[in-house]
Amino acid sequence: MRGATRVKCAVGVLAVALVATACGGGSDSGSSGGSSGGIVRASWGDPQNPLEPADTNEVQGGKVLDMVFRGLKKYDPKTAKAENMIAQSITSTDAQNFDIKIKPGWKFSNGEPVTSDSFINAWNYGADLRNAQLNAFFFAQIDGYSQVHPDATGAKPTATKLSGLTKVSDTEFKVKLSQKFSLWPDTLGYAAFYPLPQAFFTDHAAWLRKPIGNGPYEISSYTKGTGMSLRKWTGYRGPDAAVNNGVDLRVYTDNNTAYTDLQAGNIDLVDDIPATQLRNVKSDLGSRYINEPAGIIQTISFPLYAAGWSSAKSAMVRQGLSMAINRPQITQQIFQNTRTPASDWTSPVLGDAGGFKKGLCGQECEYNPAKAKQLIQQGGGLPGGRITIGYNADTGSHKEWVDAVCNSINNVLGNNRACVGAPTGTFADFRNKITNKQMTMPFRSGWQMDYPLIQDFLQPQYYTDASSNDSHYSNANFDNLINQANAESDNSKAIGLFQDAERQLVKDMPAIPLWYQNGSAGYSSNISNVTLNPFSVPVYNEIKVH
Amino acid sequence: MGRYVIRRLLQMVPVFIGTTFLIFVMVYALGDPVAAMFGDRAPDPATAAQIRHAMYLDHSLPAQYVHYMKQIFTGNFGTAATGQPVTELMGSAFPVTIRLTLVAFAIEAVAGIGLGLLAGMRRGRFADTGVLAFTLLVVAVPTFVTGYVLQYFLGVKWHVANPAVAEGAPIGDLILPGLVLAAVSLAYVARLTRTSVAENARADYVRTAVAKGLPKRRVVTVHLLRNSLIPVVTFLGTDIGGLMAGAVVTERIFNIHGVGYQLYQGILRQNPPTVVGFVTILVIIFLAANLLVDLLYAVLDPRIRYA
Repeated sequence: MRGATRVKCAVGVLAVALVATACGGGSDSGSSGGSSGGIVRASWGDPQNPLEPADTNEVQGGKVLDMVFRGLKKYDPKTAKAENMIAQSITSTDAQNFDIKIKPGWKFSNGEPVTSDSFINAWNYGADLRNAQLNAFFFAQIDGYSQVHPDATGAKPTATKLSGLTKVSDTEFKVKLSQKFSLWPDTLGYAAFYPLPQAFFTDHAAWLRKPIGNGPYEISSYTKGTGMSLRKWTGYRGPDAAVNNGVDLRVYTDNNTAYTDLQAGNIDLVDDIPATQLRNVKSDLGSRYINEPAGIIQTISFPLYAAGWSSAKSAMVRQGLSMAINRPQITQQIFQNTRTPASDWTSPVLGDAGGFKKGLCGQECEYNPAKAKQLIQQGGGLPGGRITIGYNADTGSHKEWVDAVCNSINNVLGNNRACVGAPTGTFADFRNKITNKQMTMPFRSGWQMDYPLIQDFLQPQYYTDASSNDSHYSNANFDNLINQANAESDNSKAIGLFQDAERQLVKDMPAIPLWYQNGSAGYSSNISNVTLNPFSVPVYNEIKVH
Repeated sequence: MGRYVIRRLLQMVPVFIGTTFLIFVMVYALGDPVAAMFGDRAPDPATAAQIRHAMYLDHSLPAQYVHYMKQIFTGNFGTAATGQPVTELMGSAFPVTIRLTLVAFAIEAVAGIGLGLLAGMRRGRFADTGVLAFTLLVVAVPTFVTGYVLQYFLGVKWHVANPAVAEGAPIGDLILPGLVLAAVSLAYVARLTRTSVAENARADYVRTAVAKGLPKRRVVTVHLLRNSLIPVVTFLGTDIGGLMAGAVVTERIFNIHGVGYQLYQGILRQNPPTVVGFVTILVIIFLAANLLVDLLYAVLDPRIRYA
């Protein structure tokens, strides 16, 4: 039996190789080389869209815009509070007409001054339908938007400028909104509202190759798909100048490789720790691993338009399902505590003053197997006796937690086939099914805030016909409370009204809150003072290089 | 010979059209890419229509295909999701992948044929068994496992090589990924060569060459190896295309911004111009490599002639 022994030997060797992979942890983190000249070397992902403020709606492009631009307001990296940056003051007496005064002396890195025209022109450009900007709807609150950007397919714009914007002087302009929205000034820290220099309009293609902004960094070179070098702009006069000399962003094909490169000392900062490394990250990096709450909440949404979920009684089924999910166990086992069990529909980064209220959802968001089973039965049972939870399989490793959630539900109901995951190949296809109302069963949904306001967590997702209302939830009381809150000029009263609206969600449960997502990052011993802002993006300008 | 080449070139035309059409349909079948651009937000119909129009998505599938093919023949491969022309992406991606492929191909050919010859000449002895066990191991372990293991030990633990390939992909950085990429094919080449050499070692012409008193080196290289290489060359030839297209996994692991990376991005963002453009070029490379292999037969074995 010579052949048999030979095979055994080979299997032995193979087993050794596999074991070696399994225990790939280790505590080594050699930092050979080191960065030179005070430059931070950070990981990056290829931005999906051209790098312009009104067309960038994902985090990788947004990261760069936040380094090279400053807007009227900036969100404090720690407290998430919107604070005046370029704005001297933004005042209103009626929550609808705003008077914006800007500080003199701000400049773009090509020497152009930042004036009220820089904002007006940028906003008109972003709103104009002909430019097909992905962030156009951020201007929807401004009066005249429907003429510049009609919503229907094939409609032609009848104006090129937002009628709600009027220039008073180079340092002052007025904004008229189409309806009352008292918190509107606090949305102005979002990238879509950044000012643009004249150079953007005179030579658009050249500007896109190397964007020019007014922030603490300027772009020294940009190779699309490979990387970008940003250098401290010495002419920057704002209060938050960079303490390092620059940032080199390097595109990684895979976050695992970026993590390996961090261990090998070839890069200083990785702002996305791969899920597979979460078990090792503490032993690998020790205190150089950050795990902080970010403005992201994960939910399971229901197609309230589909038969089986539209009846009044089905709210009980949804509440029951919510109570059948063992959130603490899943966040610990699957996510290694990089998620926190959710007990409302907002995010802890808002802070208590900003409207976050722990436990607002009450017992409906707590694990209670007996009550869960009872509620589902009272509500008429699962539609068709079983449910599926839809997710996209291409990114984000959703399978693990969807399976865990289903498992939890199945255990509660004592039925192994009550809930299964339903993958869709790509994110695009998944989103298509949702926007075309083709869902018949619950599906995963997530929300990353655009600006740290409780309004941003509620209105876009649950207001009737709102842009991200995937459940197509519609409740008159909810809408009414949101309208009242938006018109309320007293901040704390407004937040109280938003929370009242949120309480309506407990009753109807259009989406089950699952958990708040944390941002994670790891860095080398070459740098210090690394923090993540509420959008889980590193605060680059505060990083110190040794 | 000339007529044969022309016939083969003509045969490529339907293959080319068929493959590009299939790929086009497959990418199209993935669905509408516009929804994904808006993230978790429903696109407003007017903007979505505008983008679809700019991408020529508001036409029927056959019309899109014809439009696309027309563009290709004028050298315009369309634009990727980021607004870059696809030709620009090709210009940066193909040189990198070709370099990686050549490194892998060299490793595969030299090491594979070397090991196969060694095993074939010492049939049944320790060297033969060793090569057999080694190739079994290599074939059995998936590429991503070899990739991550080598990357971790050579790159992070021992600092022998860079775990990620630097910008511009210098040859020195490509040796490790080349080795990983070549590993599985290397095993096949070794086994093919071994069998072929072992078989031919008993052939009459080898016995004649030995009886003529030729030096052993000459017998092995000119008589034995040359004749044994025919199946190996077939494999190597078709493998060039395979290596280029199969680099997706390796390129991801080692952060190489080549064809595999661009294809992956194209599929993820459902951008037909990127995917179809790159696959079209890969198809052409496949076809050319196959033709080259067939012509090489005649060089290796004078008995094979093409009319």
